[in-house]
Amino acid sequence: MNNMKINLFLLALALIAPTVLYPVFLAKVLCFALFACAFNLLLGFAGLLSFGHAAFLGTGGYVTGYLMVNSGLTPELAIIVGTLAGALLGAVFGKLAVKREGIYFAMVTLALAQLVFFFYLQAPFTNGEDGLQGVPRGALFGLIDLSDNLVMYYFVLTIFIAGYWLINRTVHSPFGQVLKAIRENEDRATSLGYDVNQYKWLAFVISAALAALAGSTKTLVFELASLTDVHWHMSGEVILMTLVGGVGTIFGPVLGAGFIVTMQNYLSGGELGNYIHIIMGAVFVVCVLSFRSGIVGQLMKFKRNNF
Amino acid sequence: MKKTNKTVLSAVVSGVIAATMACGAQAATDGQVKLGVLADMGGTYADICGKGCVTATKMAIEDFGGNVLDKPIEIVSADSQLKPDIASAIARKWVEDQGVDAIGGLVSSAVSGAVSKVNADTKNITLISGSASNTFTTKTCNPYNVHWTYNVVALANGTVKPMVQAGKKKWFFITADYSFGHALEGMASKVINENGGEVLGHVRAPLGTTDFSSYILQAQASGADVVALANAGNDTVNALKAASEFGLTEQMDVAGLLVFTPNAQAMDPASAGGMRLTSGFYWDMDKETRDWSKRFEQRHGEIPSMIHAGVYSVTTHYLNAVKAAGTDESDVVMKKMKEMKPNDFFARNATLRPDGRMVHDMLYVEIKKQEERKDKNDIYKIIKVISGDEAYSPMQPQCNFS
Repeated sequence: MNNMKINLFLLALALIAPTVLYPVFLAKVLCFALFACAFNLLLGFAGLLSFGHAAFLGTGGYVTGYLMVNSGLTPELAIIVGTLAGALLGAVFGKLAVKREGIYFAMVTLALAQLVFFFYLQAPFTNGEDGLQGVPRGALFGLIDLSDNLVMYYFVLTIFIAGYWLINRTVHSPFGQVLKAIRENEDRATSLGYDVNQYKWLAFVISAALAALAGSTKTLVFELASLTDVHWHMSGEVILMTLVGGVGTIFGPVLGAGFIVTMQNYLSGGELGNYIHIIMGAVFVVCVLSFRSGIVGQLMKFKRNNF
Repeated sequence: MKKTNKTVLSAVVSGVIAATMACGAQAATDGQVKLGVLADMGGTYADICGKGCVTATKMAIEDFGGNVLDKPIEIVSADSQLKPDIASAIARKWVEDQGVDAIGGLVSSAVSGAVSKVNADTKNITLISGSASNTFTTKTCNPYNVHWTYNVVALANGTVKPMVQAGKKKWFFITADYSFGHALEGMASKVINENGGEVLGHVRAPLGTTDFSSYILQAQASGADVVALANAGNDTVNALKAASEFGLTEQMDVAGLLVFTPNAQAMDPASAGGMRLTSGFYWDMDKETRDWSKRFEQRHGEIPSMIHAGVYSVTTHYLNAVKAAGTDESDVVMKKMKEMKPNDFFARNATLRPDGRMVHDMLYVEIKKQEERKDKNDIYKIIKVISGDEAYSPMQPQCNFS
C-alpha cells in the first residue's frame, strides 16, 4: 500500500511537471527512462550485460521515422511497427547472444550492434550523418494533433507508464522469479528443470522491444532520427544511467536517466560544455567506487538500516 | 487508507487542470531580441566556426550599440557537437522555451538542416553563415532561411570551372560523407561535365576522419589529373597531409574545394602553395577588411575565417532590419532584410534575394608559397574578384518568398 502511495505521488508529479519545466525536456527524460528500464530488465533481473542496446533504440527510431515520413501511418501505428522491428531484431540477436555468458555475451551484442550501426550509416533512407530530418509528429488515431508539446508530453507519459507497468509486471511474475533465479545461480536453475536459454532469450526480446519503443517515441518527440541513437556511445550511456540510478531496482533507472539527461542538458549550454564527457566519466567512477548500488539502492539501504 | 488515496487522486486531478491551463508556448515576438549561436566548440570545424563565431556575434552586437527596440540584445550560445539531433534539441529549447528570435553560426550542413526545420515550424529566423550546401535555398528552402557567406555553387563555379577550362579534364573526388560533401561533389561534377571534363570516380570518407591513407591510395590509382577534396576544416588538412606523404601532390593536382584561412595556415606551404580556391572573404583585401580583422584578432587570437566575417555581417544586417522594422516579428523582419541592401566590409555589391540567398562578390585566391609569405597570417594572394551573379546560380521559382 505504501508503494501505491509513492507511485500515485510520482504520477501527480509527472502530470504537473510541465507547468514548471519545458515539456520536450521532460519527454526526453521519459524516453531515456524507458530505455534505461528496458536495459535494466536484462542487466538487473537476468544478470545479462548487453553492450548493444543502442541498436534497438535506433532501429525503433529509424523505422518509426521512415514510416511517418513516407507512409502516412498514424503515429501510434508507426510506433507499434517500430517496436515490433526492434523486437524482431532482438529475437535474432538474442538467439545468437544467449549462447554465451559474461564478457562474451557483451562482446557479441556489441559486435552485432556495430553491424547495425554500419547498416544505418550506409543505407540511403537514413541520410547518413544528416539523419532522418523533419519527421512529422502526426495526429494520434488521426484525431489528436501531437504538434503541441504539451499534448506530446502526455502521450509520451502514457507510453512510459505502459512500458514501466509492463516491466514491473514482468519482474514480479513467475517468469521474473525464474529470471532472478538464473541471475543468482544459473546451474541450479538448470537443475530445477528450467530451460535457461529460453528464459534469457525471452527477457532479451522484451528488453529489445521496450528499447525500440523508447526510440520510436523519441523520434516523434524530436522529429528526427539520427546516428547518435545507434552509436555505441548510446549503449554506454544507458549502462551509466542504470548504474547511477541503481541496478536491479525498479525505479533506479528512471532516476538515473533523469540525472544524466539533466546533467547533459545543463552542461551543454554553459562554459563547461567542452568537459561534459570528463564530468560524466568522473560521475561514473565515483558511482562505481563509492555507491555501487546506485541512488535508489543506497536510499533503500538507508531506509532498511534506520527505520 | 481509502481516504488517503482519494486525497492523492484529487491532487492528481488538480494537477492536470493546472497543467492544461498553463498550456501555450512563450511567444518570440516579445520585443526582446535574443540571438542564439550554435557552433562547433571542440570538433573538426572548431577553428572555422567555434568560439570565434560567438566572438563575432558579440562584436556585431557591441558595434550595433548593444540595444535594439529599447532593450538590450541578449545572446546565448551552445556546442552543436556537429550532431543534428543535439542541434535540433537545442534549437527547439531556445525558440520554444527561452524566446530566442534567430539562430546563427551554424557550421555543418547537417546541423543547419536540422535547425532550419525547427525554425520553419516555429517561425524563427535561421541565419546560416557556416554551411555550404545549397539545399537551404533550393530543395529545402523556406521563408525563414538566410544563407550568407558562400555555398557549394559558388565554390564549384569559382574553383572547378577555371581548372577544367585550363585543360584538367579528369577528376577524382574525396568527399565528406554527409549532405555538404554530397552537395559539393554533385555541384562540382556538374560543372566538370558541362565544361567537357569527366569524373573518374569518388570515395566517401566519414566526417572527422584522421587517417586518409586508404582514400589517397584509391585516388592515386584512379589516373586522374586532379584530385578534388570535397571536404572542409581539419578533414582537408589531414587529407592534404596524407596526399603529400604518399607523393600524390607531385603526381597530380590537388584541389581543395573548400579551404578556410585557419586551415590554409595549418597546411604545409610546400604542398599547399600554389593551390587556387574560392573564398567569400580574405582578411588582407583592403583597409576595411584589415581594420575589422585586426579587432577580431585582438579578441580571438587568430585571424578571422570567412565564416567569422560572415557571422558578423549577417548579425549586423539582422539587427539593422529589426531596428528599421521596429519589431522582432519574423515575417516583418525577413521582409525588411530582403529590402535593405547589406553593405559592410564583408558584403560587397551584395543583395539578399527573396529566396534567402545572399549574393555578393567572391574571391578567387591562390595559397602563397613559403618564400612569398611575410608572416604567418600572410596566406592568400587574390587572383580576381568573381561577381556574385557569376558565382551563384539563379533563384528557383518555388523558392521565391517575396
